[in-house]
Amino acid sequence: MMQPAATRYDCIVIGGGHNGLVCAASLARGGRSVLLVEARPQVGGAALTREFAPGFQVSACAHLLHLMPADLVNELQLSSHGLKWAAQSMPTIALGAQGAPLAVGLPLAAGPEVTAEDAAAYGRYTAQMRRFAQALVPLLSKVPPRLGTRDWGDIMALLRLGWQIRKLGRDDMRELLRIGGMNVYDLLEDQFRSAVLKGALGFDAVLGTNFGPRSPGTVLTLLYRMAAEAAGGAALTQPAGGLGALCDALAKAATAAGATIRTSAPVSQILVESDRAAGVLLESGERITARTVLSSADPKNTFLNLLGARHLDTGFVRRVNHLRARGLAAKLHLALDRAPPFSGLQSAALGGRLLIAPSLEYLERAYNHAKYGEYSAAPAMEITVPTVNDAALAPPGKHVLSAIVQYAPYALKNGWPQERERFTELCIDTLERYAPGLRASIVAAELLTPLDIEREFRISGGHWHHGELAFDQFFMVRPVPGAAQHRTPLRGLYLCGAGCHPGGGVMGIPGRNAARQVLKEAA
Amino acid sequence: MSASQPLAPHFQQPLLRTPFHERARALSQVDSFIAWAGYTTVDVFTTVEQEYFAIRNATTLYDITPMVKYRVAGPDAVAYLNRLVTRDLGKLKPDRVAYCVWCDDEGHLLDDGTVFRLGEDEYRLCTAERQIDWLLDSAIGFDVEINEVTEQIAALAMQGPTSCALLKTLGLTGIERLKPFEIGYFSLRGRQLTVSRTGFTGDLGYELWMAPEAALDIWDELMAAGRSRGIRAIGSQALNMARIEAGFIMPHVDFVSAEQTIRTGRDRSPLELGLAWLIDFEKGHFTGRRALLAERQRGPRRQLVGLDVVGNKPAHDALLYNEANGSRQIGAVTSATWSPTCKRNIALAMVDAPYFQIGMTVWADIYLNRELVWERRMSKAHVVERPFFAPERRRVTPPGEF
Repeated sequence: MMQPAATRYDCIVIGGGHNGLVCAASLARGGRSVLLVEARPQVGGAALTREFAPGFQVSACAHLLHLMPADLVNELQLSSHGLKWAAQSMPTIALGAQGAPLAVGLPLAAGPEVTAEDAAAYGRYTAQMRRFAQALVPLLSKVPPRLGTRDWGDIMALLRLGWQIRKLGRDDMRELLRIGGMNVYDLLEDQFRSAVLKGALGFDAVLGTNFGPRSPGTVLTLLYRMAAEAAGGAALTQPAGGLGALCDALAKAATAAGATIRTSAPVSQILVESDRAAGVLLESGERITARTVLSSADPKNTFLNLLGARHLDTGFVRRVNHLRARGLAAKLHLALDRAPPFSGLQSAALGGRLLIAPSLEYLERAYNHAKYGEYSAAPAMEITVPTVNDAALAPPGKHVLSAIVQYAPYALKNGWPQERERFTELCIDTLERYAPGLRASIVAAELLTPLDIEREFRISGGHWHHGELAFDQFFMVRPVPGAAQHRTPLRGLYLCGAGCHPGGGVMGIPGRNAARQVLKEAA
Repeated sequence: MSASQPLAPHFQQPLLRTPFHERARALSQVDSFIAWAGYTTVDVFTTVEQEYFAIRNATTLYDITPMVKYRVAGPDAVAYLNRLVTRDLGKLKPDRVAYCVWCDDEGHLLDDGTVFRLGEDEYRLCTAERQIDWLLDSAIGFDVEINEVTEQIAALAMQGPTSCALLKTLGLTGIERLKPFEIGYFSLRGRQLTVSRTGFTGDLGYELWMAPEAALDIWDELMAAGRSRGIRAIGSQALNMARIEAGFIMPHVDFVSAEQTIRTGRDRSPLELGLAWLIDFEKGHFTGRRALLAERQRGPRRQLVGLDVVGNKPAHDALLYNEANGSRQIGAVTSATWSPTCKRNIALAMVDAPYFQIGMTVWADIYLNRELVWERRMSKAHVVERPFFAPERRRVTPPGEF
């Protein structure tokens, strides 16, 4: 029987987040007929702009863009597809507990919070960490090699990684190997005195992770973030219209390249025929066939729900099941009737990235609660006020505050339904300490716990990296051995989401690499 | 308190006693006990020869309570088991038993055992190794419940040509109609007794499954009624001779479970163990299927075969060579015995390609200890079909009146 032409594609991409869209666009540009199916009525996934209170728009999950490589943005001609910047090179400002806010960046000005020694040490520290990060960039942007094969490409990739590290020179290489397995607390304690500076630098190592600054491996997560930034062009940016505008541009790029995008089309099952992926079954009951299926859903969802354990070997299922993917970051959205009154902050600085992480001890204490299934009594936050750079997101004169709040464990001991209100109040109280009078200006508030993130964005565990970024879930073993090169044990099924190397953050590399892998293999 | 209960706390008595222990202890003449899966069991009661000949000429009781038993039940039980083992259990009817093997992702053997279909959605899996972790991880995504029931079921293997006649004498009406691998439900002096026509001897025989409380009574009934049929309790050594004649493989002897190997290259696939007939590649996915398909395509590097060794010296642990001069090792013997029934010197051996083909000749390097003087024999051996001994009576229904 002939299938109607309209329902047969070379490739189906599951999920219209940024990785799915990048993947669909790259495949279409490679000459494949591509269908992308998205469960929600609009594309964007966790890079989505939506209304959270009447007239108030916010980037509902990720709220900054700094990891997407410039060559990817150029390759897909996102500017010509409508991507504009509301702000570029945004400053990072650490809000001190008592003192004035500290702009963290080069050159660092000595002042009441920062000694001249600290300022000088910061210069050395940043230069060295950037050299290390730069050495890791090639590792980050490519499909990881496989170990134990005789494939020339795998061997070359491993040699190249070794060479990158060796090329740092004797002293740097020793230092990288010394600090590579350390925790960020010790690293920063060794070099700085200023509590607020250390807090701000340490925050980047634990943002979005299940780690406190004293957890082993946090230097690695910091280097990883810095390498991703180095690959992405380093500067913090805010797209006009929020992160959703990025995905709208990606969708236009994909469509322009010939891909078809269907929204409100949730997938209930990946179809299997003769032990290979054969298409998808939508929740509506519609079957769509394709030679290749790429899933940007997280690995647990892809393998355990959409595909089903019965198509996989037990050992592989065991590894997927053990994948650590429980989110600890919540998202707080406040609709404000005026600009938030952060103490000592110039109105221009309000458009930057604001951190509440006044010391490493503060972060570690915040994490202590999470270890025992409680939310932090004094949470750490990454705050943006997107309306400062992009007034269109709120009614005239009004503002939006968007904050990533840590730590708010997915599996809260008492359950989120009972605790949601209390935690929202606690977050606002925390903010009030840095912005006295903020509470009075709140028109509406929305808190997305990891549980909400799981439900709204269909991410298992509500973990925005689709799996903890840690040594054992990283690079050649990400997300699990047997699926680390986008290929999966099932022929014709590929992973293209943040669960793959190099991970989450609005980066797009997993989507592009998966597309390249498919184009290479089926060529 | 029943004698089957440990007398001291478990940490003071690391080996458990089966419900038959009291009787085994009384019958043991040479005090030869060994540990099996956490239980103390008999290796030899009197002499290996006496016990072996009882298997082939009369009837025997062998305590198989230590065999690990799992209850697998639920709406997905058959789907679950079919994903676990390499055989198609969709074809297994209620009250039937199937011999199965199962593998890890790489297609390497984890264990072999039997699956009993006890009801529509209820199965029992009998295994050599404890492996609840693997079984539970295999259950992810299946609506199925798995419990270990080893201690809740006492079991005896009753093997030998007169076994059917003896059970008939005891009033197990219709036992003669039980086909190989069939399960029947009987009562013996008011005690419930489940009987399966299964075993590890390659002979006519049954396995009897009962509540631990009934164990001693049933043992006594069998022993009393079986006197005229030559009944004898046997230990593991006699059974081992019989199972080599039947060509059956033993974990830790002919293969090591892939869960337990440490060195690379020591895992064995069912293809290598000559168990390709147990694999159904068409039934749908099962763990190890993709690896086994690839291996089938490559062709196995080695295979477990039967050897007929020239001479009468069992080739225990012998290395195998392609030439009599011992220049190139091509395998090793895993199990060996003199087969009193076949009057042949037989062995199971893992042999490299291409020497595992039926009809090939290899050389076994046999070491003999003759009053502490070691001698070496390079004996010719022929690769032959298994099993070595397969009497018609093992299959005939109803069995003959021996």
